[in-house]
Amino acid sequence: MRFGVRKNKDLAAIDGRRISLDGAMTVLSFVLLILIVVIPVFMIIYHAFFYEGHFSPELFTSQLLDPGNLASMWNTIQIAFWVTLFGTIMGVFYAWLLGRSDIPAKGLMRALFNIPYMFPPFLGAMAWDLLLNGRSGYLNRWLVETFHLSGAPFNINSLGGIVFVELSYYFPFVFMQVVSALERMDPTLEECARIAGAKQFTVIRKITLPLVLPAISAGALLILISSLAHFGVPSILGFSQGIYTLPTKIYATISRSGGSFEGIRQGAALSIMLVVVVAVALIIQKKVLSAGSYDIIKGKSMRPTLIKLRGARIPLFILAVTTLVLIVIVPLVMIFLVGLVKAYGLPLIPENFTLNNYIKVFESSGTFDSIKNSLFVSISAGVVCMFLGTLIAYVVQKIKPRGKGVLEVLSVLPYSIPGTVLAIGVILAWSGGLFGISLYNTIWIILVAYLARYLSFSMKSSSAALLQVHPSLEEAARTCGASHTESLKDITLPLIRPAMVSGFFLIFLPAMREVTTSVLLYGPYTRTLGVQIYSLRDAGMMPQAAALGSVAILLIIVCNTIVTQITKDRKGV
Amino acid sequence: MANVVFKDISFRYGDNQVLKNFSMEVDSGQILCLVGPSGCGKTTLVRCLLGLSKPDTGEIWVGDTCLFSASRRINVPAERRNIGIVFQDYAVWPHMTVKENVLYPMKKHRVPKQEAEKRAMYALQQVNMTEYANHLPSQLSGGQQQRVAIARALVGNGDLIVMDEPITNLDAKLREQMLTEIRQIQRSSGTTVLYITHDQESALQLCDKMAIMQQDGSLCQIGTDEDIILRPANRFTFEFIGVSNFLRVVRRNGALGLDVGNAVIPWQAELPDGLDPDKGKGVELGVRPNDIEFDPASPIRAKVRRCVFLGSEYDYFVDLGQRELRVQQSTLAAVRAGVMREGSEVGLRLLNPRYYEAKEAKA
Amino acid sequence: MDQIVLRHVTKRFTTKTLGDIVAVDDFNLNVQEGECFSFLGPSGCGKSTTLRMIAGFEDLSEGEIELCGRPVSVKSKNLYVPPEDRGLGMVFQAFAVWPHMNVFENVAFPLRIQKMNRADIDKKVADALRHTNLTGLEKVYPSDLSGGQQQRIALARAIVTQPKVMLLDEPLSNLDPKLRESMRFEIKELQRKFNFTIIFVTHDQSEAMAISDRMMVCDMGRIMQIDTPENLYNKPVNRFVHSFLGESTFLNVVIKDGQVYAEGDMEHPLGLDIPDGAAEKMVVATRPNSIELTGGSDGYRTHVEKRIFLTDRTEYLVPVGGQMLKVQTPHRVSFAEGESCCVKLESPMWYPAEDEQAEKERLRRQLI
Repeated sequence: MRFGVRKNKDLAAIDGRRISLDGAMTVLSFVLLILIVVIPVFMIIYHAFFYEGHFSPELFTSQLLDPGNLASMWNTIQIAFWVTLFGTIMGVFYAWLLGRSDIPAKGLMRALFNIPYMFPPFLGAMAWDLLLNGRSGYLNRWLVETFHLSGAPFNINSLGGIVFVELSYYFPFVFMQVVSALERMDPTLEECARIAGAKQFTVIRKITLPLVLPAISAGALLILISSLAHFGVPSILGFSQGIYTLPTKIYATISRSGGSFEGIRQGAALSIMLVVVVAVALIIQKKVLSAGSYDIIKGKSMRPTLIKLRGARIPLFILAVTTLVLIVIVPLVMIFLVGLVKAYGLPLIPENFTLNNYIKVFESSGTFDSIKNSLFVSISAGVVCMFLGTLIAYVVQKIKPRGKGVLEVLSVLPYSIPGTVLAIGVILAWSGGLFGISLYNTIWIILVAYLARYLSFSMKSSSAALLQVHPSLEEAARTCGASHTESLKDITLPLIRPAMVSGFFLIFLPAMREVTTSVLLYGPYTRTLGVQIYSLRDAGMMPQAAALGSVAILLIIVCNTIVTQITKDRKGV
Repeated sequence: MANVVFKDISFRYGDNQVLKNFSMEVDSGQILCLVGPSGCGKTTLVRCLLGLSKPDTGEIWVGDTCLFSASRRINVPAERRNIGIVFQDYAVWPHMTVKENVLYPMKKHRVPKQEAEKRAMYALQQVNMTEYANHLPSQLSGGQQQRVAIARALVGNGDLIVMDEPITNLDAKLREQMLTEIRQIQRSSGTTVLYITHDQESALQLCDKMAIMQQDGSLCQIGTDEDIILRPANRFTFEFIGVSNFLRVVRRNGALGLDVGNAVIPWQAELPDGLDPDKGKGVELGVRPNDIEFDPASPIRAKVRRCVFLGSEYDYFVDLGQRELRVQQSTLAAVRAGVMREGSEVGLRLLNPRYYEAKEAKA
Repeated sequence: MDQIVLRHVTKRFTTKTLGDIVAVDDFNLNVQEGECFSFLGPSGCGKSTTLRMIAGFEDLSEGEIELCGRPVSVKSKNLYVPPEDRGLGMVFQAFAVWPHMNVFENVAFPLRIQKMNRADIDKKVADALRHTNLTGLEKVYPSDLSGGQQQRIALARAIVTQPKVMLLDEPLSNLDPKLRESMRFEIKELQRKFNFTIIFVTHDQSEAMAISDRMMVCDMGRIMQIDTPENLYNKPVNRFVHSFLGESTFLNVVIKDGQVYAEGDMEHPLGLDIPDGAAEKMVVATRPNSIELTGGSDGYRTHVEKRIFLTDRTEYLVPVGGQMLKVQTPHRVSFAEGESCCVKLESPMWYPAEDEQAEKERLRRQLI
């Protein structure tokens, strides 16, 4: 059963004739990463320290010593510290409660606890501002009127308020990490401690918690970086009171200067400060938690023994439900209600409700443009990153060329660079300064920034999938008569397709609600959805902002449902 | 059907010389089991045969086709070698149905569709997987996935199939069954099979011929199962194939004896030609645990240190002088002659002894 | 003295797919002080559940458990002592050493829980480590140790409190075969030194036979037989126990005119003694290496149909009537395929023929 006649002659000339597909992919990866990541980063550093080709550190030192900037740096650090601390405690507590105790309605609550993760934090900030604004918040006014207080009891426009709102959107990072670690943990590790004579709570303290420490620290690190770089919440809650963090300060500096080059240079100098803060945080984190990670996923999977809460069961359940209502339901309801109200400040009663805001919002061409723009950049960024990330992941995981470490670092680097900083780098690189290519005020500059920002998402997703593709699968195809290219096309790509698709959505969803970078990059005709909501609110049109916010939320919910549907019926991988 | 010839294959991985001038022939239409301890270079050899690794020297022929020759600069790429392969981890493509998996190699070789279909169904029938043709691999058990892999290897080429530890990932019961099936499939298709394993037991059950590879990557013995079991050519084969005891043979005052550390036990034997206790590294006597019998009349006196009941036999550790011997007594013999209790003194008879050059010279 | 007593212990589960399942059906057993007692059976036979009930990780549905004369689980009185107060030692299959503690901390944990003073802890831990050959590794973390060493840590941790009862849940299954054998001896050695009672759970019959004084064979939630390894192997009460312990070969026989014939050959009798109360059709069970294979004329005359070399013996398939008898001999007893020979069954076990039906039923239920 031979396939045709093979002649030695035509098989002979193989050695040496290798069109290096691998080589081409490697080079391409390097070139793209240099364009997308290295150049913007380099431009920031260059412009912060050089002026017209000369080394001039004056700008940087003057920015560094400016008391306002130092104050915002201090704010940034304070907020990040408290958000990380409380977020970690909260995440671990609820992870344990839902993962290891016999609290009722676990499945539902777990789903609900994941919601804040997809909800745009700046909309949450808007909602809380509407409720607890020191002057005009609905709840504050109601409390003052009802209890005849002399002043507003709460003021969300404060450091505490910012911490509270960020907290409610960032604690799921720790929650999700710890829940999955608890799930994968070998229950005999805990049972052993019981046999050794330890009471239930000693086991939690001495065994369970230390074992999930790596998961806790990974989640905490995510919170820390996200909070340090966070723009939405502090900008919405802080501006009115003159509370700045580094990202909002950068934005304010640039927008005050009207987008002048001087303003952008100052922004670049501030960016360096922000990057330094993030870097220091990363280093401290690494030093503190150098305990290393250990394998806790072993043995036969057994359902862990659930801890009976007994008398505390109902109170803890109520606590969990209250938390959910507070962080999920209240902001959601608030945004929807204010979107219906005739004018901001009117009581939230049916007589004052109208659909006018929606009509107005949809009558303005700006809204449609913004939705269109957002869809365009998000889909484009998603698609491009999906392929680019897979390319780089393949080079790193399978080809393993010299310098693969560099590739890996470069593609993950933008993840720890705050969005604001990235935006400035992109402006400096692509507004004619470097190659004479000016994308400023076009939609493309936003796309370039998104690519840099989200590349690591798809790269991580594809990397994980590629690691699962055992080399023997490709080798089996080779021995079945498929060339290298064919085995890539027939075997590897189809196998990681689900990961690529989920990589796309990992990018598409956050990109749809993005505001941090786009707020610095948008031009007159290139507002994104986030920017549009942000500017409506800035212009004082609260109800309309809320109406558009409701639309955005609906859009996100719809997209998210589609994602879960798609990822659910992955084909047998 | 085709024979396979490896000639002077050398392969170096970094500083590690994995294979050195390795030569071996696999007879056409037979199953050759290549057995060796893990890390001896078996898998490297297979990868060289498949074209996934490139040897430094030598030639590889399948039938009258030269797949690799270092001197003539021939290196046929993997996809054009037409060798079926079955990997330890199945390597069936999870995104294709069973049938698509089996059709794939024929698609790559542009076999007409109808013909391919027919051959695929025939191959699936051979491995008893016809009813699963439209299943995805994730819906199959490990054993079924491995059957798919075998079917895929069968349709790809009737000449040669390489199996690299194909049953190692399966559980014990299934392993037995798969061996029988592999045997049957090979018989009916007439394919040459090169079967790689570290497990002597399964190799013995499967093989027409068995090749034993040493840790250093050299071929130690090649022959039928009967050759290997009844006539192990050297100490390594004897030791590798089962549990064994060794005692040093010495010459004292012109007579042979067994050195047990604190004494020399007189021993009468005809040593094979070329073996002499005083030449080279000396001579060792090898004996299997179940070839040692208890005999109260025997002058070889030993003391039972440990006795473990294993069901089909009693497993003893006995001290003979300063040497420890393992002795197996079948339960039948134990019922007849009684169980030797720990601490009791026994006489031993060594049946079926073999003599080999010692591993190391005597200190 | 009875150290562990189970009376009418029953455990029922309700599952979504299978409905109610009796995982453990009316277990009664006594384990004596200092005994090494094994629970042996295929997966799903109830052995692990029983162990977990003794440890206190599972509640009983019915019955009671006593440890060292003290009731620890009594369903009727709703008495339940939590695992930490049962004073047990336990070793798990997956080692379950705590990866965030070094060897010393792992072993010291049970003592620290007891709030023992530091000097005593140091002394006891050093002692436990010495007995498990871990001295010198105190500061090492488990992830840097091999599987065998990790299992020794688990053993050291279990013996450090000098419990009276040690529960071992397939402790050797994750180790490679060579290590498994030597660990068996180490466990027995520890038992000798510290004088505790062992409950050893395993699905590996040779392991159970090598280690236990007595063992319980169970299947599908029911106890089949409790006895010493030798008695279980030589006098299994039913076909299941026979085939579960060691290799078996079965022959369907017919008794006619005071002679025993293999089904399919009513001309040549097998020359076996007929036991009392034998029915017309019976099953004769024996071990492949308890059958004598000779070239002489003593026994049933037949030929070698197939010869298979195994590493430590040779296996012959020999036709007897229409059936195949499996015979195993040392390599030195050598017959070629087709060569004529005689087989003689040595004191076989007799089981009723309908046992086969029950066997099929068992397999069927297993498939469900």
